[in-house]
Amino acid sequence: MIRIIKLNKSFNGKAVLENISVKFETGKTNLIIGRSGSGKTVLLKSIVGLHEIDSGEIWYEEKLFNKLDFAGKKAIRSEMGMLFQGSALFDSLTVEQNVRFPLDMFTDSSAEEKIDRVNFCLKRVDIINTNHLFPSELSGGMKKRVAIARAIALNPKYLFCDEPNSGLDPITAILIDALIKELTEEYSMTTIVNTHDMNSVMEIGEKIVFISDGIKCWEGNKNEILNSDCASLNDFVFANSLAKKLRTANK
Amino acid sequence: MHTGFKNLIIENTINISNFEVLKYKRMIKFLTQFGRYFLLLKKVFSKPEKPVIYYKQTLRELVYLGLNSIGIIAIISFFMGAVITLQTAYNTENPIYPKYLIGLGCRDSMILEFSSTIAALILAGKVGSNIASEIGTMRVTEQIDALEIMGVNSASYLILPKMIATLLFNPFLTIIAIIVGIFGGWIAGTFSGVMTSENFIYGIQYAFIPYYIVYSLIKTVFFAFIITSVSAFQGYYVDGGSLEVGRASTKAVVYSSVLILLFNVILTQILLS
Repeated sequence: MIRIIKLNKSFNGKAVLENISVKFETGKTNLIIGRSGSGKTVLLKSIVGLHEIDSGEIWYEEKLFNKLDFAGKKAIRSEMGMLFQGSALFDSLTVEQNVRFPLDMFTDSSAEEKIDRVNFCLKRVDIINTNHLFPSELSGGMKKRVAIARAIALNPKYLFCDEPNSGLDPITAILIDALIKELTEEYSMTTIVNTHDMNSVMEIGEKIVFISDGIKCWEGNKNEILNSDCASLNDFVFANSLAKKLRTANK
Repeated sequence: MHTGFKNLIIENTINISNFEVLKYKRMIKFLTQFGRYFLLLKKVFSKPEKPVIYYKQTLRELVYLGLNSIGIIAIISFFMGAVITLQTAYNTENPIYPKYLIGLGCRDSMILEFSSTIAALILAGKVGSNIASEIGTMRVTEQIDALEIMGVNSASYLILPKMIATLLFNPFLTIIAIIVGIFGGWIAGTFSGVMTSENFIYGIQYAFIPYYIVYSLIKTVFFAFIITSVSAFQGYYVDGGSLEVGRASTKAVVYSSVLILLFNVILTQILLS
């Protein structure tokens, strides 16, 4: 479980996140949604420690993450996996080397064990026969899958996904969402997904936090989101014409 | 007081205060950058997570940054040695001036200045821009963030192997530059007919001071550190996109070159005085 208490973050005096308090639950796919520029990525990067926060508390189980020293943070980071918006695969390494990288860095397993684990992770995300390809030779969807394989290589307790569907076609996006949900349940991870894709919200949104202009405006799940009385959330949810028509028809 | 005169004073006061503010802002920016540079070095020299991985990375960088630079250093050294010989020959046509001194001039120019300083400036362009753009691209594509999330000390993992590789290999490049440069001088001198081969070979052996080689190698090591650390610093703190990576790459070359020239003066004063 990850708990955020009264988190504040600003850049050059401009507040980006204000007083955010939220609890992300274990074994569930937790979604942070909001418009572009609302502060979702800053919140996610603050949670994983890539941004220093101005004030507030970030708890990983019983550990106050933002007050830990480098060694303490490193211990928790060894339990994290992250899928970045642009996949962030290492350009100079092959698919196999990318997935193997955390194993080389943090385990003392034999070469055979590492290869077995790499192949298992790649198979788990439905990527086969690509071990010796470089990231530049992969499609967007394949890159995301390889990045997920790398993120789960060390059996993480926490999985973070920043816009996992950006740049993907709707079918591939659904497959990636399904994969994230399956892995979350399979490994009982605490998964946090940043998205503004309403398909994702309706597919995997077991817990949803809506951020607008750096402020948490709403919290709930995919069953509650369509009946919310939060005006800014409704503007976001029913932004496209199809959703508007459906809403009108329901009324 | 006359209104126009009063306005003139006010305007000047505002201008001076703006100038002062700008000056302090620049000073603070410079000090901040200076501090960040040393903090980055502290991160770079912290204990590696897995020394075996760093060893493999260092071997890789020896090939990319070292072996791959031999060609350009050899070509430029050859022609530089040839030009130094021809220019010395054409400027010392007086019969009183012994011909073998042309060889001596070529040798000392190559050892004292070209092989270390000029070669370092060339490497600042080739290796420095390579380092800054590689690390900068990794920054803007979140690859450095990915390393940090895994718990890897990204600064050490990315920069230390490059630094060790250049510190180890650049002295070899200097030796190659000296040998190839003198060979270029010999070719140009003998084939153009400005001097005989015997004169040139006698000249390069005449009044040889072995310490000059040591002086050149010491400078090379300092310059290698400047090139890698300054370029890596520029790349590591890139903020933005591909345009900023290009700018960082340019800055890396410019700042490295200026620092090389500055340290050339300082080291020469310390080592040769």
